[in-house]
Amino acid sequence: MKVLKAVEMNRCIGCLSCMITCSAVNQQDHSILKSAIRIKTSGGLTGKFVAIVCQACKDDVPCAEICPTGALIKRQAGGVLLDKDKCIGCELCVNACTVEAIHFDQETQKPIVCKHCGVCVRFCPHGCLQLVEEGL
Amino acid sequence: MLYEKIIRVLYIDLAASKIEVKKRTDLSEYLGGVGIATKLLEETVKPELPPLAPEQPIILAIGAISGIFPLVTKTVAMFLSPLTGEMGESYAGGRLALALSMAGYDAVVISGKASRPSYISIEGDTVQIKDARPIWGMDSDVVGQFLRDSEEGRGRRSILRIGPAGEKMVKFASVCVDTYRHFGRLGLGATMGSKLVKAIIVSGDNTTKIQNFKDYFRSYQEIFKSVTETDLMSKYHDLGTAINVESVSALGALPTRNLIENHFDEAEEISGEAFAEKSLVRKMACTGCPVGCIHIGQFRRKFDDGYDYESVSVAYDYELIYSLGSLLGIPKTDEVLQLIEVVEKTGMDAISAGVALAWATESLMQGIVTEEDTIVPLTFGNSENYSKAIRYLASGRNSFYAALGEGTRSAGAKFGGKDHALQVAGNEIPGYHTGYANLVGLTVGARHSHLCNAGYSVDQSLKDFDEQKAVNKLFDEELERCLLNSLVICLFARKLYNRETVLKALRAAGYPLTDDELTLIAKRIYSTKLRLKEKLGFDPRQVELPKRFFKTPSMQGILDSTMVERMISQYVEKCESLLAEKI
Repeated sequence: MKVLKAVEMNRCIGCLSCMITCSAVNQQDHSILKSAIRIKTSGGLTGKFVAIVCQACKDDVPCAEICPTGALIKRQAGGVLLDKDKCIGCELCVNACTVEAIHFDQETQKPIVCKHCGVCVRFCPHGCLQLVEEGL
Repeated sequence: MLYEKIIRVLYIDLAASKIEVKKRTDLSEYLGGVGIATKLLEETVKPELPPLAPEQPIILAIGAISGIFPLVTKTVAMFLSPLTGEMGESYAGGRLALALSMAGYDAVVISGKASRPSYISIEGDTVQIKDARPIWGMDSDVVGQFLRDSEEGRGRRSILRIGPAGEKMVKFASVCVDTYRHFGRLGLGATMGSKLVKAIIVSGDNTTKIQNFKDYFRSYQEIFKSVTETDLMSKYHDLGTAINVESVSALGALPTRNLIENHFDEAEEISGEAFAEKSLVRKMACTGCPVGCIHIGQFRRKFDDGYDYESVSVAYDYELIYSLGSLLGIPKTDEVLQLIEVVEKTGMDAISAGVALAWATESLMQGIVTEEDTIVPLTFGNSENYSKAIRYLASGRNSFYAALGEGTRSAGAKFGGKDHALQVAGNEIPGYHTGYANLVGLTVGARHSHLCNAGYSVDQSLKDFDEQKAVNKLFDEELERCLLNSLVICLFARKLYNRETVLKALRAAGYPLTDDELTLIAKRIYSTKLRLKEKLGFDPRQVELPKRFFKTPSMQGILDSTMVERMISQYVEKCESLLAEKI
């Protein structure tokens, strides 16, 4: 089982193809706000790009720990999967994530969580994003 | 808007501080982009008033599929050009198209003049005119730094701003978009300055459900694959447009030292390879484009003894290497980058600024102007003096630079040096002296740019030059580009977005149009442009071309002015038949 890692962000050109395809495939939406991965600039465009995305926490998983309904289920390789039926939209997980990788969807009132599907990896033209074996 | 036949137009009246949104179903027959922008310009422009009158509009527009397909990344700006006095049309990439789409607008119309230096903040439905007094006077890059901190929308916003040249209303002032892209040509920066608008920030949080995921994503993937897995776009990514410097020079088509020469002996020193090897530090992309053609070059500058250095990064491209390199006789990559930096900071169109200074240099050599006028002795190859002169030009330091800031045509007429003023219909020329199609193309082109109809490419593609064939090619290309610019794709992808691909992409986004309908839309847009240009008093047969174009050999040898006149007349006939069609 693999997890998503933003390994070569120095090479990022800021095309946001990862966000466009994540929103499209996982949320069937054209807006990049629906993406589980976010590319941001640090210090304006002359600065570097950073990827804000699930770090695939494995043993200690703060978002899953804080979820009062058990809607965030630990993935074996790291990270979580969202059980939408159990989720009550309390937003506790959003605050629990230190790297701010969980986004709250105001329309559905549910969190947007990366499931490490790797669609963004397929559309990253510079290999900044990669799916890697857990523990590597 | 996506999946809808409604064009949402945001009207901002700066004088009355009035904001209004109109849903215009009638505009959908112009598809979007340059189509709706031309129509909106026709509706709002005041031909009887000067270009910088407060009443004149600035129009920004995106297209039907902006932001959702690769390389559909541009925004068009239309206005009355203060440089040429007629139709102004300019394109910028960056993040603006996506930001406008997420803010929920297909077009923005800005009119009136603010009562004090202001900036416009468009955050979805919240549109505010804010105080820009403290940032008035700032260089273009510094404004961006301040606004990034004080405004919302990090990661999805776009910031447009002008530099001091725009404030001073230098007629070829540009608008910087997201640090590395620009509405460069034809003086939109001066128009913004005349309205006391220092910056425009756009962001929004619109979402749009995909209606037919399978069709959409299949098209998206196909286009993405042809971009990244074929060699269609590789030249733009690898060396970038700078790849052409050496080859165009070798063809004898690279304007050098104010087109006293047609090739640059030191072209190799400022070639795409030279920049890549010495200066290139990273590549960047407009939002939604996996190509990444923006080439960032870096240089370091010593500012004090004791090993004190600063480093500067700027974006370079073919046109800038021509206008601030070969045209000024500069054979060093670092020096070209330094000139780009000053042009960026002051906020001027790099082509126009370079052409204006090349004209001033030759005029000084000829004794038409004096060193008192130019303050520093301008000589080809001396980048240090050019660097100072760019600042003088941007601030209108003395009456000479103020006059030069009116444009090269105007300066040529005023000082008596119009034969070597490298402009066509008032717009300073891009970096090609390929021959007849280029020169005719610049004259008849809607905005007198090489991007209107790619005359430089027509010259290179026709093995045995045939004037009628060339005229037909120019016309057909201008017409097709009306369609591509209504979608506002990046024209680097013009071969990729052939009719089949355009139809498929449009269908997937809820616009089931036919090939014939696209042709009709293109004709409708071009007719509207031609009518508007006529209303603004433009007639290509009246354009006076500088003698220099006929004196320095082009790639096709010495050009004959009667042949050019004949081709222009043939082109006008084609326009007349288009206007006679019922569309």
